[in-house]
Amino acid sequence: MKRSKWIEGGVGLFVLAGFLGLVFLGLQVSGLTPSRADQTFTLYANFSNIGGLKARSKVTMAGVTVGRITSIELDPKWYEGRVTMQIDEDLEGKLSQDTTAAILTSGLLGEQYIGLSTGGDPETLKDGDTIRDTQQALVLEELIQQFVSSMGKD
Amino acid sequence: MINRIVALGRVSLDALEALGRSAIFLVQAFIGIPRAEGFRLWLQQMHFVGVLSLPIILVSGLFIGMVIALQGYVVLVGFGADEALGQMVALSLLRELAPVVTALLFAGRAGSALTAEIGLMKATEQLTSMEMIGVDPMRRVVAPRLWAGFVSLPVLTVFFSVVGIYGGYLVGVDWLGVYAGSFWSNMQSSVNFVNDILNGMVKSVIFGLVVTWIAVFQGYDLVPTSEGISRATTRTVVYGSLAVLGLDFVLTALMFGEFG
Repeated sequence: MKRSKWIEGGVGLFVLAGFLGLVFLGLQVSGLTPSRADQTFTLYANFSNIGGLKARSKVTMAGVTVGRITSIELDPKWYEGRVTMQIDEDLEGKLSQDTTAAILTSGLLGEQYIGLSTGGDPETLKDGDTIRDTQQALVLEELIQQFVSSMGKD
Repeated sequence: MINRIVALGRVSLDALEALGRSAIFLVQAFIGIPRAEGFRLWLQQMHFVGVLSLPIILVSGLFIGMVIALQGYVVLVGFGADEALGQMVALSLLRELAPVVTALLFAGRAGSALTAEIGLMKATEQLTSMEMIGVDPMRRVVAPRLWAGFVSLPVLTVFFSVVGIYGGYLVGVDWLGVYAGSFWSNMQSSVNFVNDILNGMVKSVIFGLVVTWIAVFQGYDLVPTSEGISRATTRTVVYGSLAVLGLDFVLTALMFGEFG
């Protein structure tokens, strides 16, 4: 009987640890966060080129992650990439109207993300507002083209 | 010449018959679980097949994760992309290595033991005596083992992945000096829960079924002599491994096959 308890306990622990492992894989490895839709607010930003930005890429401010990108689509009016972001609720009413959004790259070949930096306007961004002042992604081909054409002038 | 053709026909028919027997066997075994006593038997087998397989799974997971990190670092650092190490370790483990290597080790450690155990029961006529006293050996012997293998292989695969990723972290971050933040964040931005983790789990569920099925069937169907047992044990490991590798290709092509 005592041995049977040991076996039952061992199997219980085994299965439990397996579930915990799956949770670890979900949270730590795939970055799955429990949805906090009610604790965020939505901002939009138009970029003339989004580069390698993807849905679920992060949105940072001073390097700190403050939100995620939920969707990217083409704005048919201006032919620009329209990015929808979910930003932490704490920042609602704290970002000035002239906040800028830039597409940055972590490292040389790393992932791309959006970096926000505030301006000095006393008016603040509200839920559903669009960031006007944006800086498109760095596209290597365009850089090389610029470099080659400036070489040609000299 | 005609004799050769006849021999070929006999081999094919034998193989087909064995396939048919094993399919009927699988259906019979799967029906035989829902009973309170069956649960206790299943628990015992879970202990033997699952819990006691942990040491080999954990140790090999750790070392495989460490080796991937080491090899990956050497290649990636040449492109200045050593930050992508976490992503590489996690994806190769979750998608391929964890399900496949765990299933191979499982076939070697648990599968062969199951075959030998059931085979010896058959050789010493325990299975026949069970039938004589009215106990269904399918229910009593086969079903708990089949279910135990089916359930425990996915769990072992999770352990393998977790330990392997930690091993990659140990080598990549603690030894080779990749920045820990980018190790995890590159991993998180590239690993998708459904596409990578759940697909890997689906693979290991299928492998678990196939490997234990082969092991139990080989034990049940063998020629009841000592030579027969040793042959059946070998066949379990060989067929099990081949089935895992072949199925893995098919499943990968189905899951990740949208290239081009």
